[in-house]
Amino acid sequence: MSAALARARQVIASPVGRVLLALVLMLVIGVIFNADGAFLRWTTHRDMLRQVSVWGMLACGMTIVIVTGGIDLSVSSVLGAAAVAFSLLTIQEQWSPLVAIVLVIIGGAAVGAVSGVLVGRLKIQSFIVTLAAMVLLRGLAKYMSGGQKISTYIQETGQVVPLPPIFDRIDARVFGDTVPVVVIVFLACVVVTAFVLRKLRLGRYLYATGGNAEAARLSGVPVPRVLVLGYALSGLFAAVAGICQAAQEQQGDPETGMGYELQAIAMVVIGGTDLAGGRGGVALTLVGVLTIGYLQKILSINAVGEASRLMLTGAIIVCAVLLQRRK
Amino acid sequence: MSQATSLLEARGVSKSFGPNQVLRDVSFDVAAGEVHVLAGENGAGKSTLLKILTGDLAADAGTLRGGARVAMVHQELSLIGPLTVAENLFLAREPRTRLGTVDDARQRREARALLAELDLDLDVDEPVEELPLSTQQLVEIAKALATGSTVLLLDEPTSALPEPEALRLFERIDSLRRHGVGIVYVSHRMEEIYQVADRITVLRDGALVGTAPVAELPPAALVEWMIGRPPSHERRPSASPGDVVLRVDHLTVTSPRAAAGARVVVDDLSFAVRAGEIVGLAGLRGSGASDVLHALFGDRAGHTSGAVEVRGRRVELRDPRHALARRFVLLTSDRKQKGLVPYMGSIDNATLATLPRFSPRGVVHRGEEVKAAGGVFRQLNLRAPSLAAPVRLLSGGNQQKVVLARCLLSDPDVLLLDEPTRGVDIGAKEEIYELLGQLARKGLAILLITSELPELLRLSDRILVLHRGRLTAELERAAATQQRVLEAALGASA
Repeated sequence: MSAALARARQVIASPVGRVLLALVLMLVIGVIFNADGAFLRWTTHRDMLRQVSVWGMLACGMTIVIVTGGIDLSVSSVLGAAAVAFSLLTIQEQWSPLVAIVLVIIGGAAVGAVSGVLVGRLKIQSFIVTLAAMVLLRGLAKYMSGGQKISTYIQETGQVVPLPPIFDRIDARVFGDTVPVVVIVFLACVVVTAFVLRKLRLGRYLYATGGNAEAARLSGVPVPRVLVLGYALSGLFAAVAGICQAAQEQQGDPETGMGYELQAIAMVVIGGTDLAGGRGGVALTLVGVLTIGYLQKILSINAVGEASRLMLTGAIIVCAVLLQRRK
Repeated sequence: MSQATSLLEARGVSKSFGPNQVLRDVSFDVAAGEVHVLAGENGAGKSTLLKILTGDLAADAGTLRGGARVAMVHQELSLIGPLTVAENLFLAREPRTRLGTVDDARQRREARALLAELDLDLDVDEPVEELPLSTQQLVEIAKALATGSTVLLLDEPTSALPEPEALRLFERIDSLRRHGVGIVYVSHRMEEIYQVADRITVLRDGALVGTAPVAELPPAALVEWMIGRPPSHERRPSASPGDVVLRVDHLTVTSPRAAAGARVVVDDLSFAVRAGEIVGLAGLRGSGASDVLHALFGDRAGHTSGAVEVRGRRVELRDPRHALARRFVLLTSDRKQKGLVPYMGSIDNATLATLPRFSPRGVVHRGEEVKAAGGVFRQLNLRAPSLAAPVRLLSGGNQQKVVLARCLLSDPDVLLLDEPTRGVDIGAKEEIYELLGQLARKGLAILLITSELPELLRLSDRILVLHRGRLTAELERAAATQQRVLEAALGASA
């Protein structure tokens, strides 16, 4: 009995345990404030997952960049630009959706790679590089769209064209209408990120770069190249998120996703990944994504007003981080 | 000590961390005006005892007497770089004007008075980061004394200091002693201990071995106290050197930091190292010895000229990655800043430079990696609670073994070693010496820098002495003595 207790305490004291504790607390709160049983229905959880998926994709890339000791503020604008580009290509230009998806994803990765070059080769601080990229790409999104939302209504002609089926396909549910496709996409991003960080040489190099860039360089780690790849992956995930966002909104809104970069950072941090770099992982981020997702859901099913919701979210981010801080 | 007043006295102190007892019934005292050296291998309990003396840790048993204020002068300085000397001295207790703002004039005046008392001639308006390390340490000591401390704990104060600066520190310690300050001094360096100590206390495995006046404890006895057996004094058996492995012709290196009028740090240096040979590079700070190693490793690209050949083939000094591919390996002097990735485990740290070998298609084969690293760890006798645990949790000696393991896994032809035993306890040092001997016998060409002369003399087949980037002496092992090395290092041509 005492052995089991000691074991339980050990689990709770481990980094993963502390992070899970925040999530479990959140679930307990949800069960208590269940809004007449709403929290106990699968649809509530399904909606929550659908709502966090886009943020979660950004958080995957953010985890990779934060592991290298950097930050990527540009993900929200990459998302916006990708949503616009994808809508332009598929709705207005009537391109094949597959080609459009591939092109947008390559574009996202390329944009990330440029940030990576500035950070890795030209040694500019990532905060500054990606802040500039965030502003620039938001501008690009507006430039591409002419400031308009790209939807099935074509302004020049006043016509309404049909919505390409790919939009509904991404925004659908599978497995007997239970699991949203975007959730599957999100989980795929988590799996890819975990594979990169844990199994690939690149992953090891990402941790080494974030943990001690000088030691890594002197050990022959191609640090600039590693950073380029890290930011490229972040851009890639942001482009995927942008396509999903466009599908969910059924249009390419150049204003979409503003402020999402901060959500993504909050999720990574609640997961316990160290902003100083060299530590953390995507499993932790997944827990952080769920924690924030449930928080938002619990507040919304209990009809908490937006003002209180924002204040509570801020307070709970701090509490969650305090909770998982090592003694 | 009955003849002098004891400033601080610990009696029967014990301390455990969980199941680990790190101190067992240890007694220790410091008298006014004495330097009491605390010696022992890494893990002997020195740091824990220091923390108990400062009150940072509470002892499980035992008493602490004597109300002296104790200040610790850390290995890593606690000064704030961009602030001036005066601002650092009065940090968080600045003199105020009536309006509540900092009384800058008074602060500078008092700072000057304080430094004058310690015979320190410093500009109080200079940012401390611009001062040499030894001077920063003196500022830190001044700060401790200014807050009324009468006992100073110096934990390896010279570990980051070049020889001349260390000598300056010893002078100051002498003057502090005359002022009646009690000093507890932790050091791994033999000569240094005998330079400063009045009394020596040795800890081993958390227990007190003994306390003795320095005159009654000759070096051999001290080492025996520390490691529990008589030390071996033999020199490394002389190898029969083979063919020339490394040939360096007209190597010139300029400082990457000097923007205007590039300063030459290595000036037209030519030498060769044969297979199986350990060549020592000696020199004081600013001699350029460390720059030679970094340049050969391609870490001074764009600031290097000259020709380097390995087994007759020309090698470009492009970057560390290129050097590693040409089987050059550098062990850096500063394992924290330039060696280890602190949160990675021992295995991941050891394989960092050879990871492509364990991941031919980009996916790491963990099993092969663990096997290869494990083999080298056994060879090095690495003691780690877990090979996956962050390497920062290991003792200095074991951390150094992890860095050495990384070098060995690279299977080098040329091994460049910059202070391979810094911050390593005596037991681990012996193991490292033994290892270097084995590597030389295997036919590696080894270039060695160490600031400890006995170590240099013991290991080197040949010693090249540099003074301000120029070769001032080349001594065969039979001709090498501490005095001749030092003379050449100080610039007296041999």
